[in-house]
Formats: sequence, structure tokens, C-alpha cells
Amino acid sequence: MAVPKRKTSKSKSRSRKRSHSKPLAAAGPCSECGAPKELHRVCPSCGYYDGKQVMNVEAD
Amino acid sequence: MRHRKQDTKLGRSSAHRKATMASLVCHLITEKQIKTTLAKAKQARKLAERMVTLGRKAAQAETPEAKLAARRLAISRLNKPKPVGILFDDMISKFEGRQGGYTRILKLGRRRSDGSEMALLEWVGVQAVSKKKKKADKTEKTEEAS
Repeated sequence: MAVPKRKTSKSKSRSRKRSHSKPLAAAGPCSECGAPKELHRVCPSCGYYDGKQVMNVEAD
Repeated sequence: MRHRKQDTKLGRSSAHRKATMASLVCHLITEKQIKTTLAKAKQARKLAERMVTLGRKAAQAETPEAKLAARRLAISRLNKPKPVGILFDDMISKFEGRQGGYTRILKLGRRRSDGSEMALLEWVGVQAVSKKKKKADKTEKTEEAS
């Protein structure tokens, strides 16, 4: 039966697994408060979306 | 035919799913805005929009029998009479002139515990007035400052 000649090195297996990682979500500054926020999401620091306050952050 | 009309099951039995959706929509009616997972929000939206349609049918119905029938159907879908009363009597006029699209879903990002995408489900054209989540909290801020 065919078997691997060498043990897969840490480097080899880790560099292979690197390609399995999910890309980071796109983010940009919030237009209201400037804090970083994900695109198409309500800003977690000020609760604004599309120029309107949609939720009260302090109460959460 | 109901070809390719499959909904997400949300890991629940049919009865559990129906109960969950009824509960979400009842709270959407009473609280005006609810925070839930994106998957549940998308499913609850369907039921919510249908309830509004029923409410408008009741409002436009000619006979009192037809009004009552729509109301009873809504109560049987939501398992609760009170939210149906709020929706049919107090909220339905706000959806006048709108052809569907009575609700809005806003994405909130992933929650810490299980990485599930969260969302806000709210009515289009209805202000959220609950204590916890206020849309226009200008009055609240001035109160805190004084």
C-alpha cells in the first residue's frame, strides 16, 4: 500500500491550513461616530444605520 | 404547486417553529422592534407581513362577518388575541398606501456566543417606542444631562 515517505512538517500543514481561514469581514468607519463598523450593519458603538438611530446602545 | 418554496426549519419541529414565529411576531407588534437572529428575523417577517395583510383585509371588508373572520384567522396564527387587537385597531392605518414591505430587517453583526448573525426586525413607518430601544432618544439624553 502506498504510504507517505515523510511526516508532514509543521510548516507544511500550517501553511495548508492557512488557506482554510475565512477572510475578515469588510469594515469601514461609521458615518455618524467614526468608530469602525462592519459594512451594511448597524454601528455597534452609536446604534445608527443609514443616518438614523435604530437602537439605543447604552440600554443594551 | 409549492415547488421550491421550502423554508428554513431552524432546527425545530413544525409546532415548535410555528410557536416561535408566533411569539416573535406578537412581540414585534407589542414592542415595535425585536432583536433576534437573522434567520429567525427573515422567517418571522413572512408571518408578520401576512398578519398586516389580514389586518388590511379586515379594515377594508364590507361586512362585519368578514372583519371578524380575518381577526379570528390572525388570532389562530398568532395564538394570542391581544397583539392582534393592537395590530388591527391601532397600527393598520399606518400601512395605508403601502403595497407590502411592512417590515425592515437591519443586520447587527455576529454575536459572541455562537457567531450567529443578529438582526433587528422592525415596522416600516412605525416608531419603536419601547423603553429599552428608542429610535429617537433625544428626549432621553436631555433628561440625563439636566
